[in-house]
Amino acid sequence: MGLLQFLQKIEPDKKKSPFLHTLYDGFFTFAYAPNTVTKSGTHIQDGMDLKRTMFIVVIAMQLCYLFGTYNIGHQHFAALGEHTSFLSGFHLKLVYGLMKLLPLFVVANVVGLGVEFIYAAKKGHPIEEGFLVSGALIPLIMPPDLPLWILAVSVIFAVVLGKEAFGGTGMNIMNVALLSRVFIFFAYPTYISGDEVWISGIMKEGTEYMGASYGMIHGVFDWIFGGLGWSTFGEGGAAVIDGYTGATPLGLAAKGGWEAVTDVYSPAQMWWGAIPGSIGEVPKLFIIIGAVMLVGAKIASWRIMVSMFIGACVGGMLINLWGANPFMEVHWLNHFYMGSFFFAMAFMATDPVTAARTQTGKWVYGFLIGVVGMVIRVLNPAYPEGWMLAILFMNVFAPLIDYYVLEANVARRLARAKTSSAVGMEQAEPQLTVSEH
Amino acid sequence: MRDKIAKIGAVLPLFFLSSQLSAQTIFLASGAEILPYALILIVAILILGAVYLVSESFVRMEARELGVDTAKNNFSILPNSNELFGGKVGGPAAGQNIIYLKKGFDINLEGAAEYTVDENASVSRFAVQPKNFIGMSPIPKVEVSVGDEVQAGDVLFFDKKNPDVKYCSPVSGEVIEVNRGTKRSIAEIVLLADKEMKYRALPQFDMENASRAELISYMQDTGAWAHIRQRPYNIVADANVTPKAIFVSTFDSAPMAPDLDIIIAGRGKEFQVGLDVLNKLTPGKVHLGLNAKDTDPSPVYEEATGVEKHWIHGPHPAGNVGVQIHHIDPINAGEKVWTVGVQDVATIGSIFLEGIYDAERVVAITGAELVQPKYVTTYLGANIGDLLANNVKGDNVRMISGDVLSGKKKESKEFLDFFDDQLSVIAEGNEYEMFGWLAPQSPRPSISPTFLSNLIGSTYTANTNTHGERRALVVSDQYEQVMPMDIYPQHLVKSILVNDLERMEGLGIYEVVEEDVALCEFVCTSKQPVQEIIREGLTTMMDQE
Repeated sequence: MGLLQFLQKIEPDKKKSPFLHTLYDGFFTFAYAPNTVTKSGTHIQDGMDLKRTMFIVVIAMQLCYLFGTYNIGHQHFAALGEHTSFLSGFHLKLVYGLMKLLPLFVVANVVGLGVEFIYAAKKGHPIEEGFLVSGALIPLIMPPDLPLWILAVSVIFAVVLGKEAFGGTGMNIMNVALLSRVFIFFAYPTYISGDEVWISGIMKEGTEYMGASYGMIHGVFDWIFGGLGWSTFGEGGAAVIDGYTGATPLGLAAKGGWEAVTDVYSPAQMWWGAIPGSIGEVPKLFIIIGAVMLVGAKIASWRIMVSMFIGACVGGMLINLWGANPFMEVHWLNHFYMGSFFFAMAFMATDPVTAARTQTGKWVYGFLIGVVGMVIRVLNPAYPEGWMLAILFMNVFAPLIDYYVLEANVARRLARAKTSSAVGMEQAEPQLTVSEH
Repeated sequence: MRDKIAKIGAVLPLFFLSSQLSAQTIFLASGAEILPYALILIVAILILGAVYLVSESFVRMEARELGVDTAKNNFSILPNSNELFGGKVGGPAAGQNIIYLKKGFDINLEGAAEYTVDENASVSRFAVQPKNFIGMSPIPKVEVSVGDEVQAGDVLFFDKKNPDVKYCSPVSGEVIEVNRGTKRSIAEIVLLADKEMKYRALPQFDMENASRAELISYMQDTGAWAHIRQRPYNIVADANVTPKAIFVSTFDSAPMAPDLDIIIAGRGKEFQVGLDVLNKLTPGKVHLGLNAKDTDPSPVYEEATGVEKHWIHGPHPAGNVGVQIHHIDPINAGEKVWTVGVQDVATIGSIFLEGIYDAERVVAITGAELVQPKYVTTYLGANIGDLLANNVKGDNVRMISGDVLSGKKKESKEFLDFFDDQLSVIAEGNEYEMFGWLAPQSPRPSISPTFLSNLIGSTYTANTNTHGERRALVVSDQYEQVMPMDIYPQHLVKSILVNDLERMEGLGIYEVVEEDVALCEFVCTSKQPVQEIIREGLTTMMDQE
């Protein structure tokens, strides 16, 4: 208990330095579950709290983090024609991926938590755990080469306008992680769409693509790897392989249909995730494992996941039926190989704060995300993906869906009252005369 | 069943796509080809369903003409829900109409009372607490003063707003204290009980020839009336109201709750007379909720006459009378129903059967912090310190009148509340726990599967720690898991917080009281005071009337 007493001793004064106290409180309650006891109402409470809930969501993302990090490096080297087999050059790919991912993660969390801490101190409430999940999600949905200042601006936008303006965790209308992405999408579109942003460290000069040269830190690692007798990064600036475009499967499908995709990527490759894309969206199986974890832990709603899947199937079929261009003719099942459907389904649509809050509402909400997302993906001329916009769109409509579900409940109650009073009159009358005399 | 199917559905994409991976050559019809077939299939199902419904109603009409009971027999080619799930319940409820509740949660706490009734407990002090009666003015008119000798059944006080209803002494003895609370309110009237009870002799009541009004005034004078509560709001019954029905729940499903079969043992006659009296008070029915478990409920309940019996099957809060009302004959806006506890029914019965106000109570003393959890025979409003004498293990404990979910926190100098037949003693949890939110150092009850001890299904020694700090509502769907009513608790809570009266009424505030939403508060990840909020809403609605 020495640590506990030490921590209690260094507690800053709440009035004199509210910011420090908020910071302290955040870390103290992280280290020690507080000693508060129930006052009124129930005398015992469930062991579950928001910290644990959020932490389990973060755990469920870890496979995506592992794979995504490595895949940054793999895509980089594969584009240059070096270490093309998935596991060769393991140390180089891992180091390369980490050097891309860690700055994104640190910036997203430092900026986001910083904003949270300031607001918590100003409002005088404890730090809420909401950003624990948002901060873990944001790096996963960004392209690896995103400039850090853009990330910082987008996170500030998302947390301040998306969340704190509404009153903090639990009060926001739209998904915070997706808001930060949509901010970049509209404010700096060239950094997050098109063919060129999904593979890290490739530059375009004129019409030619070539690898960027490596920096100083790569040099340090080269010194270590060279000493170990392993392969090294080298100078960089090498030419890319023949026929390189950097396009994602969806980018290819939008231009030339399913054939154009399978010319470059095999379905198995897309399934396992060794393809370019946002950092965390690619490994479908690992995302599904995360989804199963969340459903098993009863944290994410299986209703939303199932109905979103059904919605995407129906949307895909309808578009197949239309079939006006090669992209529309891509088989609806093949759509699940491409893009970020599973990531959106597992981690984005199921955000309990912004989703519909009633069970019936969840079915409708998920289904509509599925249909709308598929429609945006295929019919949007500029950008072949739709889940981000579909989820944000349905976030706005979720309260409306709930409103109608509740109205139905109210109507049921009124209908019940009507039939009951009709029956009650018949029963009550003869009895009442008896009791009066 | 439906839940399971949908859960499998959630994993289906995984199997679906991995099977594709292993066999790339699998036949793929394109969406354009599948959709017409799917539409044809849907239409076919709809037509078949329509044919099924029409033919079934023809069979029913025929059966009604032939005089066969259409409610009890199944005429469909498909099994009804009873036949599908009814197999689970054996025992006396088998073959009866059973109300199955799936939602809810049984909190298995260590420390349920052993099946021994201690008849020699030395409880000397008793109290009646006006604040136990919701809606009563804080300063009632006290009819006795300190030092007075009273008999069991003598009037102690009455509400100035409602002077007809008398509140009577549960024991005979001396009035030793009239304690006042905040703003000079009367907190408790304390009695030092005699060794041998002396009862006020009550006038005989002629049940056959009396009118309802005479019956009511007799019950008000003899103290029986205070035992009847009225919903909505859980207030003392209003004699000007004709309730549409009266409800008695004969089992308690709360954590460590007393077995009401033991509590009623030997008082079957009083119970039956009490039910007969209640029957005179309502033009509707007296409903008795019975526990559809494998073993027989007490014959007192099972063989009760003049009442409509309903078998209820499911986890807590299945035993709550509010949940039973919701499924038997729900309270609509403007309607009133009355509820009575089983020992209260017996007390009412004793007035008519023996002419005395017999407030004897069997109380379950429960909790993991006790040396010996047991049942004790005593009287209404027993002193907690006396009940617990030499029976508590530690110092750092919380004493609760009632169950751990909706009881009231008490000190040992205080008394059991008027309607409570349980005293719970659990450990206080006022200790820091290192990384307690992540890696709990002791098993704790939870509906979350993330606690591994839940999967084993053990019993727990819970303490009063909140296990987390209060937050805004984040998680949805959680209250619904433990709420076996057609009510959206989270939205009801929100409508109360924004004081939207119309919405509160629409979402069913009349159908709940604190105990019905207690589990919602227990499971709440954001640690919101749900019961407090619900009472706030009820008070708001009461003020509107």
